[in-house]
This record gives sequence, C-alpha cells and structure tokens, in this order.
Amino acid sequence: MNNVAATPSLDKTAVQATENGPVDCDIHTRVRTIADLKPYLSTQWWNYLKTYGMRARHGFAKAPPFPKAQPNAARRDAWPPDGGFPATNLEFMRAQHLDHYGIAYGIMNPLVATGQGDQNDDLSAALATATNDWQLDTFVNPEPRLRASVVVPYEDGLASAAEIRRRAGDRRFAQVLMMSRTAEPAGKRRYWPIYEAAAEAGLPVGNHVFGYSGWAGTSSGWSSFYIEEMTDHAVSCQSLVTSLIMEGVFERFPGLKIVLIESGFGWMPALGWRLDRAWERMRDEVPHLRMPPSAYLRKHFWVSTQPIEEPERPEHLLDTVDWVGPDRIMFASDYPHWDFDDPRLALPSALGLERKRAILSGNARALYNLV
Amino acid sequence: MAKHVVATTEEIPAGGRKLVEVSGRAIVIFNLSGEFFALLNRCPHEGGSLCKGYQTGLVESGEPGEYRYSRRGEIIRCPWHAWEFDIRTGQSRCDPQRMKVRSYAASVMPGAQLLEEVPAATTFPVRVEGEYVLIEM
Repeated sequence: MNNVAATPSLDKTAVQATENGPVDCDIHTRVRTIADLKPYLSTQWWNYLKTYGMRARHGFAKAPPFPKAQPNAARRDAWPPDGGFPATNLEFMRAQHLDHYGIAYGIMNPLVATGQGDQNDDLSAALATATNDWQLDTFVNPEPRLRASVVVPYEDGLASAAEIRRRAGDRRFAQVLMMSRTAEPAGKRRYWPIYEAAAEAGLPVGNHVFGYSGWAGTSSGWSSFYIEEMTDHAVSCQSLVTSLIMEGVFERFPGLKIVLIESGFGWMPALGWRLDRAWERMRDEVPHLRMPPSAYLRKHFWVSTQPIEEPERPEHLLDTVDWVGPDRIMFASDYPHWDFDDPRLALPSALGLERKRAILSGNARALYNLV
Repeated sequence: MAKHVVATTEEIPAGGRKLVEVSGRAIVIFNLSGEFFALLNRCPHEGGSLCKGYQTGLVESGEPGEYRYSRRGEIIRCPWHAWEFDIRTGQSRCDPQRMKVRSYAASVMPGAQLLEEVPAATTFPVRVEGEYVLIEM
C-alpha cells in the first residue's frame, strides 16, 4: 500500500517570486528536534530538559490533545527529503512554498518546542529566548523574505516583556507571538506587561489558535473529535477578544494591535453586535470603556485568512469582509499544515481585484511595516 | 481517443502507483489488486498532486458508534486538504454530486498483441514478452 513507483516532477504551475508577491502571515517553521535549541540554552537548562522534560498544562504532554487528520497535521508532500519534519528544511521550503507561490514575505509562527505555556516559568522563558535566536540563525538570516515572531513565555508577563524589549528595534522580528488559550482570559492584568512592551516596541501581538493552557477549547469541557477542535478555535477566540476589550486593555495601551491567526472571522460581526447591545445597558459595569465594544474590535484587531469562511453564497463572505474591514484581513497559508491555503485560490474572485491585493499583500505590509 | 502505453505492469505492483505524462497531462496510474485505473493527477479542489496522497478505504456508519471499513486501498486522499476520491471512478467522497477527478480508461495488453494491434500508440519501448498498461485519452 502506498508504494509510489515513480514521482517525476510534473508541476508546471510554479510562479516566480516577485517583490509584489503575497505576504504569508502564518508559516510554521519548527525545530528538527529539541537539540536544535541546545546551542541557545545554558547547560543548566539543557540538563533540566534532558532530565525532566517539558510540562504542558494538559494531558498528552508529548502530543497534541487531538490526533490530527494527517501526520503532524502536515501536507503529505511537505516532508523534506532529508527525513526531517515539515518546515524544518529551508531549501525544501523555499522550493515548495516561498518560490513556488512567489511569496514576498513570510511571518513565522513556531509552535513546537517553544516552551510557551510550560508549567515552569523559567524554562518557558529560556526556551522562548532560545527559539527566537534559533529562528534568526536558521531561517531569517539565510532567507531575508522570512520574519520571526518574538516567542514569549506568556504566562509570565514580566519575563515576556523582557524578551520583547530584548528584540525591540530588530526588524527581523515582525510581531510578538502568543497562543489563544492562555491560563486566564487574555485581558487579565497578568498579561499587561506583554501588551505594554509590544505597544512600546511597535510590534503587533499575534494570537495564534491553540495554546496548552489546560483549558478545553470549548467552555464546557473536552470534545470528542478533531473536527470539533478545528471549529472550537473560533469559540475560544471570542472569549479572548471579549476579555481584551472589557478589561480595558486598549484604553491602557491605545497603540496595541492584535492579530488573530487561524481563527476565522465570520463570527466577528455577531460578537460585535451582541457586545454592543449588552454594553448599551451595562456601561456602568465597565466604565473604563469609552466607545462601543465593536469600535475596539474594528480599531485594534487584524485577522488572517486561513481558514477563511467559505459560505455557499459568496455575498455572505463579502458582507462579513465589509464589517471586519477589508484593510484588516491578511492572507495566511498555514504552511506546511494540511489545511493550508494557496494564495492564488484562497480568495474568492467576488472580492474584486483591489480587495484581493490588499488582503494578499498590502494590509500585511502596512501592519508589519514590511518594506 | 488514442491509446497510450504508460508503464509495464511490473513497474506498478498491487497497491502501487506511477505518475506519467501523456499529451502534457500528468496522470497517476493505480494498481488495485491487479486492476489498473488512471486519474488526472490534479485534485479538482486546489490542484494537489493525487500521486502524493494516501490510499485508504471507505469508512461508513449506519448509526453513531458503528464503523464499517471496506474497499481497503481504493480511496485516494489528496495530500493537501484530504479530499477523498474513488480510484475506480474518480468520484469525490465529500461532494459526490458536484465533484469528480477526471478518470481515463486503463487496460493491460501483452507486448506481442500491442506490437501487432497498436504499433503507433507510443514511444514507450515495447517488447514482445512484456505486459503493458495502456490508457485512452
């Protein structure tokens, strides 16, 4: 079974890289093994890792809580010839993704072995620093189209702020990276040092779905199927958005920009309507809010496309894009994951050329200051 | 409709597959227990190479808690977004009413017969003693 007799390359669809090419806001480069981080860790932390390992805040500490639809959630053709994991081999990734689609810039969001959300705050901080150095050496320095994300030990706000300040001003970093499911709602004050330092550094905070906080994606426990987890992200991101707005984070840090990565955005209008209606009646509970909740949503949030909603009627998507803001939506491929999007096919033509250009390229260039 | 020789039967053992090019089109040939099938190597969803996909079976259920697995190896799952197609027909599993991958009639012919009946079918080297896979396009 599955023995492939011969696979000559017959793909003639590749396009040349261009300066005006798409910006990909979600590429999941990862370490081959944890040993890739060893050069960036102290002997103490390396020994600690070998002896005790990492401790996520959930069961299945060495695997994701839900089995994925494809091995390592990756495209089956994304495994590089050297036998490593997908998105570990720069040369292969260049050929298969960056050059193939003519990607002008790619924002990396590493998810594996980054130590984010680990129970041991100090280990989490050491791994974050190591991951950031590793991103530069392994990917950004040899491939200037790529940008790193400042991985932070987000359960420790002060340590995260220190890491952000360490990287501030380094244009090789495009944003700060958090996961959507934190130990407490994302607007709680324990996380404010992150927002303060990010705003100060002029870096958006990217919130990628998942996060191993120990909480389920739903608000009523662990669901049975991967297909549920795929859609639970949109649910947990609504809590994230609501918390950031209601806690007054944007009043305290008016320059803060949040990017929601991989959570879709079809749910945004309904959340905005509901919040506004409640706020009209209960302003006195959150007197620090100076505008309707939906105004914060539109002012401070950006979203990525993959996985974009695909309604039966394209006009429903167009209405949603209007509400969220055609200048707030940015293309993402999610390479090398199996549910990735092709920049040539991800956006429906009903959007029109101008909006497609903005979503594919212009919006991300403006937000991430990519020139 | 012309016949094209695309492989020897030995090249594609049962459960195996081969990617070929015929008239500029990439075609993937499958061997299901000795029967050969040919599909366009392009997923109708976004163009993934079906040749790099995973061959699986059919999972069905009459009611929650019941699983029936049949037709082992007869379903190809696109390596990209996991859309599934029936190798025998090209019919989509997830959207059978609207979606189909282009399929081509495939057959097997001994070299001797081939040299006699369709001598101009191919540039593929044919020997009398061999056995060959042909597709019609």
